[in-house]
Amino acid sequence: MELFEYSAYELSKMLQRKKTSSEELVRSYLKRIELINPRVNAYITATPALALDTAQSVDNKRIRGEELHPLAGIPVAVKDNISTAGIKTTCASRILEHYIPPYDATVVKALNRAGMPVLGKTNLDEFAMGSSTENSAFFPTRNPWDLEKVPGGSSGGSAAAVASGMAPLALGSDTGGSIRQPAALCGVTGLRPTYGRVSRYGLVAFASSLDQVGTLALSARDTALLLNLVAGPDPHDSTSLPDRDRDYIDNLTAGVENLRVGVIKQNVADSFDREVTAAVLKAASLLESNGARVEEVSLPMIDYGLSAYYLIAPSEASSNLGRYDGVRYGYFAPGKDISEMFCRTRGEGFGPEVKRRIMIGTYALSAGYYDAYYLQAMKVRTMIRREYEEVFKRYDILIGAASPTPAFKLGEKTSDPLQMYLSDVCNITDSLAGVPSLAIPGGFHSSGLPMGLQLTAAPQSERLLLQVACFFEQHPETKPRRPELDFIESPPEEGGM
Amino acid sequence: MGIDFNREVDRVARLARLSLDPDEKKHMADQLSDILETARRIQELDTSGIEPTSHVINIPVAMREDEVKPSLPLSKVLQNAPRRENDYVKVPRVTPPASNEEGK
Amino acid sequence: MNYEVVIGLEIHLELQTISKLFCGCSTAFDREPNTNCCPVCLGLPGSLPVFNKRAIELAVIAALALNSEVQRGSRFDRKNYFYPDLPKAYQVSQYDRPLARGGYLEFEADSGVRRVGLERVHLEEEAGKLQHAGNSIYQAEYSLVDYNRAGIPLLEIVTAPQIHSGREARAFLENLRLTMLYAGVSDCKMEEGSLRCDANISLRPPGSDRFGTKAEVKNMNSFRSVEMALDYEVGRQAKLLDAGSIVVQETCHWDEVNKRTISLRDKEESSDYRYFPEPDLMPLQLNNSFIEKLAEKMPELPRQRLQRLLEQYGLDKEAAVLLTANPGLSNLFEETAGIYGRYKDLANWIQGDLLYQLREQGKEPVEINPNQLAELLKLLDEGVINRPVAKELLSEMVQRGLSPKKLVEDRGLTMISGPQKLVPLVEQVIADNPEAVESYQKGKKKVIGFLLGKVMDLTGGRADPGEINRILKDKLKD
Repeated sequence: MELFEYSAYELSKMLQRKKTSSEELVRSYLKRIELINPRVNAYITATPALALDTAQSVDNKRIRGEELHPLAGIPVAVKDNISTAGIKTTCASRILEHYIPPYDATVVKALNRAGMPVLGKTNLDEFAMGSSTENSAFFPTRNPWDLEKVPGGSSGGSAAAVASGMAPLALGSDTGGSIRQPAALCGVTGLRPTYGRVSRYGLVAFASSLDQVGTLALSARDTALLLNLVAGPDPHDSTSLPDRDRDYIDNLTAGVENLRVGVIKQNVADSFDREVTAAVLKAASLLESNGARVEEVSLPMIDYGLSAYYLIAPSEASSNLGRYDGVRYGYFAPGKDISEMFCRTRGEGFGPEVKRRIMIGTYALSAGYYDAYYLQAMKVRTMIRREYEEVFKRYDILIGAASPTPAFKLGEKTSDPLQMYLSDVCNITDSLAGVPSLAIPGGFHSSGLPMGLQLTAAPQSERLLLQVACFFEQHPETKPRRPELDFIESPPEEGGM
Repeated sequence: MGIDFNREVDRVARLARLSLDPDEKKHMADQLSDILETARRIQELDTSGIEPTSHVINIPVAMREDEVKPSLPLSKVLQNAPRRENDYVKVPRVTPPASNEEGK
Repeated sequence: MNYEVVIGLEIHLELQTISKLFCGCSTAFDREPNTNCCPVCLGLPGSLPVFNKRAIELAVIAALALNSEVQRGSRFDRKNYFYPDLPKAYQVSQYDRPLARGGYLEFEADSGVRRVGLERVHLEEEAGKLQHAGNSIYQAEYSLVDYNRAGIPLLEIVTAPQIHSGREARAFLENLRLTMLYAGVSDCKMEEGSLRCDANISLRPPGSDRFGTKAEVKNMNSFRSVEMALDYEVGRQAKLLDAGSIVVQETCHWDEVNKRTISLRDKEESSDYRYFPEPDLMPLQLNNSFIEKLAEKMPELPRQRLQRLLEQYGLDKEAAVLLTANPGLSNLFEETAGIYGRYKDLANWIQGDLLYQLREQGKEPVEINPNQLAELLKLLDEGVINRPVAKELLSEMVQRGLSPKKLVEDRGLTMISGPQKLVPLVEQVIADNPEAVESYQKGKKKVIGFLLGKVMDLTGGRADPGEINRILKDKLKD
């Protein structure tokens, strides 16, 4: 087995037993990136020198017998909307193409403190707005299971990197499905934690009341390891939860006996791919045959989730993206006066989807429309939260599809924004409710593409989600798998690095 | 709702400081109209008496003590600024060039 | 025609914290440009705000001092607009749930005690500062931005439309400043911009219950210019109305040089700030004990101080008002009064010679040692020194902080008094100046001044001129 094929947990054990070194690990991943990234385009910026530096420093500490974090020396990829001091943070936008932050996000500080070498910054839909990573201003990322397919988005770069062994672990961000949907489309485990569980300080804001940093990994155990590192209160984020959870690992193998499980009717909809629906139902019966109590449950508010989301998220985005005005950083287009400079800078610097959302959001907040759009959407959000509160009195965990379909073709939905928005339909309501939500491998489609299950639980129930995920990993049909990369024999075409 | 989206696009683009070329405007008007049509679904819900949610969590407001922490070095403050002069960030004139009128 | 003038003021105060509202950058004035900046106050992508507790406390103290009702729950909102001095393209402010509602300020006016009502008090963040290259904002080809000021906590106070003249607006502002100074909330320096004022002004026929169309006046940089600008606007609007014309709702700038208001004639769309609740900050919940603790520690406010100066020390109103208007002086008065009991004399010295010396030498009352001041006045009372010497010592005391007692000892400035010492000197002067003595005795009584001066010279200025005068007259009768 090659090093990149091991899980982060296994690698951690190997490092601790000195069966390998962090430098060796990093070199192995860098080689892998060199081989695969030109075809998959998961990374916008690779940081090999920095990764090697960190690796060597961790190796030296290990030789000296210093106490190290369990993830010390394990490489990681970081979505390029998370601020990294001295390393370009582009948000896959022309407007930030050359922006070098002078500070680290709190989660990046945690990676650095633990001694995790950062392999590079991964591709995304511009400012995390999209579901296919085709909205990147630089290049689309491809799905390692089928290069003609999208990896999902917006954390498509992180998902594709983990799926193809270009990183054992990755950080992503999820506003309305941006971790879970690409995790589903790439066949990896993607966690959106409870809102406030992981610090947002340094995550470039898209929709502040919805944004959450989360993880992409191969397994529940790897997810728990990384979550242990990045979760917790942060004095720099006034919306971070003040308490700390228990260890996410110690409960993983507790099983599913007596769990009350609700199969979300709206997330096994008739309009979904039949095989996806069947996979969810099969997973539910697997739970049932292992001692869980499974019922179908209807969450009618899910039908309004998309509408509410596409008012709230663009509204907040229209405000969050005002700062890209060509004055302090980023792209700048000259103008005869400040107003022309602002308009041209933003008109030229932002891509079409970002402009579209800024327009929707500006409209929804503008005088005369606020009550009917933004305010109404926030009230609907309250109704959604109430529905979740009620349903979690009766169920420990909810299950449904993580995406209505497996990965779709590049270009298939780019001309129809609404079709693209619909690919997050399973994910959005959890985001609005602020609850933790986990996408895990749910078997394979007849096309050979992975399908994803989505598990949802009450706020701060990440441990329970990971426990159920761990259960599914033990079963052959839902066991995580890596794609066979038949394309790597052929010489790489032009890449985007 | 009988909204003229071509005119709305101009108004909103102005508010958002976005220059759009004619083609973009045309597209934007159609898409805005479509998207808002979908978004309007929520208007069928009766939300009377329901408080809006602006935060999904309910935690006490975080406060820090009034203590001075180191600022960024000037070089880092200015390193990303597209236009600078001395230790300032430079911007084009803030009033339109034509409006030199004075008094009333 | 006669009109009723209706003015409402919107005042902004920079709160006296040492760090900014949402980050740890210093609020110090007069630093090199862009050196008090960090990711948060520069609005760098990904940065987030965290409240400065002291800023909240100061805002609550200010609200309490203005009798405004502090809300147990208030909320912060984003006010969205584009301007190069606004790093995030939104200002964190408070829209429909301000920190405090209502309230009033009472102050002494020409017509007696005046009470002006307040609409609200809220907390927000300051913007950066623009410097225009060229003579005016209109001529500048470009501008330079300094973000040091961005993020300093700013208090906004909005009055009810209950002010009726430029003079009254000025009196209100001066008294608001004093109240905020006493409360320790802000240093309130208009010249440094830590106190700013915009005004809404409209005219209506007397007795009308509808407001006329208002103009908003900005850029008034001193108390004087507030009065002048508003008076100017009253005249301008009255002229328009007299001519049967109408007032256009607009924003104008006070032009300090040409003493007139200039319409900004904003070609921009009328402002649509798209306020919405700030998702990065939880709503502010203040419990009773937080507010009560601050109320208990509330410093004495000007109206209370005035009352006390009148009652406790028996000062006359003029002196009490003057001392109240200068918190430093009245603090010095009270500290000195603790060790020196002749309050009226003390007040006279403080508002007279001491104030003059302080201004001359550019010093603050807080630099004066109350013990030294009391010492000086006691030396005078005990007849150790005379008034001219006392004034001279006061000057040195202010300038160099030297003890009057020690100065007297070192320089031998003790007063020369008593016939024993003075009679021989008087006799000597009479002997030395026969012509003067002769003209005095012929009836030119004014000559006595000349002789008195000669005697004073011999004492080195250390005698009581009254005493010399008596002895001289006595001797010249002979």
